[in-house]
Amino acid sequence: MPKETIVRTIDVKKTYLLGKIPLDVLKGINIEIHKGEYISIMGPSGSGKTTLFNMIGGLDKPSEGKVYIDEVDIAQLDAYELAWLRCRKIGYIFQTFNLIPVMTALENITLPMIFGGMNTDDAMNKAKQLLETVGLGHRLHHKPFELSGGQQQRVAIARAFANDPAIILADEPTGNLDLKTGTEIINLLKDMNKQKFVSIITATHDLKMLDVSDRIVWIRDGMVERIEDRANLDIKVGQFENE
Amino acid sequence: MAETYKKVEKQIVLPLKNAFQMSLRSIRIRFGRSSIVTMSIVFGIAFFMSVMTNNVFISNALKNGPESLKVILQQGAGENESKEIWLISLSLIVCTVGIINSMLMSVTERSREIGTMKCLGALDHFVVELFLIEAFIQGIIGSLIGIIIGVLFTTISLLFQYKGIIFSVFPGGEILKYSLMALILGTSLTMIGALYPSLLSAKMEPAEAIRREV
Repeated sequence: MPKETIVRTIDVKKTYLLGKIPLDVLKGINIEIHKGEYISIMGPSGSGKTTLFNMIGGLDKPSEGKVYIDEVDIAQLDAYELAWLRCRKIGYIFQTFNLIPVMTALENITLPMIFGGMNTDDAMNKAKQLLETVGLGHRLHHKPFELSGGQQQRVAIARAFANDPAIILADEPTGNLDLKTGTEIINLLKDMNKQKFVSIITATHDLKMLDVSDRIVWIRDGMVERIEDRANLDIKVGQFENE
Repeated sequence: MAETYKKVEKQIVLPLKNAFQMSLRSIRIRFGRSSIVTMSIVFGIAFFMSVMTNNVFISNALKNGPESLKVILQQGAGENESKEIWLISLSLIVCTVGIINSMLMSVTERSREIGTMKCLGALDHFVVELFLIEAFIQGIIGSLIGIIIGVLFTTISLLFQYKGIIFSVFPGGEILKYSLMALILGTSLTMIGALYPSLLSAKMEPAEAIRREV
């Protein structure tokens, strides 16, 4: 089966100015991500994971190089097209959940659908279904602060899937969660990945993630250190779960 | 491929009804901060209305009032009209600056929320729209309260000064006219105050907005 490329980065560099000192966070990243793939971007903190994540998601612009999503150079998109891309093509999941605090779980999920032009009733129905899929069918009308961390992240996952995106970007999705909840979230992501055939890209240093990833991109000091297929990966994470 | 992106230009929407609901809820939940904005407009407008009520009352009484009242009024009538205009403008400027300040704080506090909305596909002008609707609601509520307070207090103080005689020359129509003016003035000042902070927040890149810790 030929693999369709959904994300391609070509020599992506990013330089931040710390006062007057330029800091090269990314020093030329080339990766290709296929449709339906589960990719983990691994690396120590400060290695540029989150920066790369922001570039791929069109949340920040690279200083040099190009990012293609679905073969479209995102630097060429205007504000409308970029918003459309963020709304329909990509779903975001964050370490800090980032739910809108003044809205209930259900409303948080309807928001991207409303932006996407769906009418409120349809959006509500779909949001209910999504909340049931992530196992929160009984918590529709709770505000984020009335939910636990794991539950908030489930709402965030449901929200990321709201407009049936082609790509889910998750930045440290388990970073603020305990071991057990983290595993649940990872399994949920993997299930959604299989069910809906979306590409999932996570930036993480959570080793639990290795077990479900199709490929792992190791990043160190702003460069791709190596890319591994899970098939070739000799790790015992599976045993860890059975212990 | 690029054409498919081009076609969708207007497909990202935020219906006014939803925007209104969101703004209303935001005001209700962040009641503390929104009352600060509302209070500053209340005071500004109350002062404006109190001066105006006083003025139209005196001019009306001088025209149509009984002789006894005219005599009292003429003794106290000063030529401080320019001073009044100066005071009114000053108080309104101060209240607008207060609104800008408080809105700037509110934008900073909600920076992550704004970033998240932009990640979900919100356009820059949605953010501005939400803040302006919020300001509009606060402006109307604040101005209405201000008008009531201004008119009520001035009427009471006139009542103490001139007793029941004021009711015979009470300029209801004129006051209504100035109330309408105050309502428009107060609402537009609040919206003007909210414009700069909201433009500022809408321009942020989503990554930057989310990263910003308060």
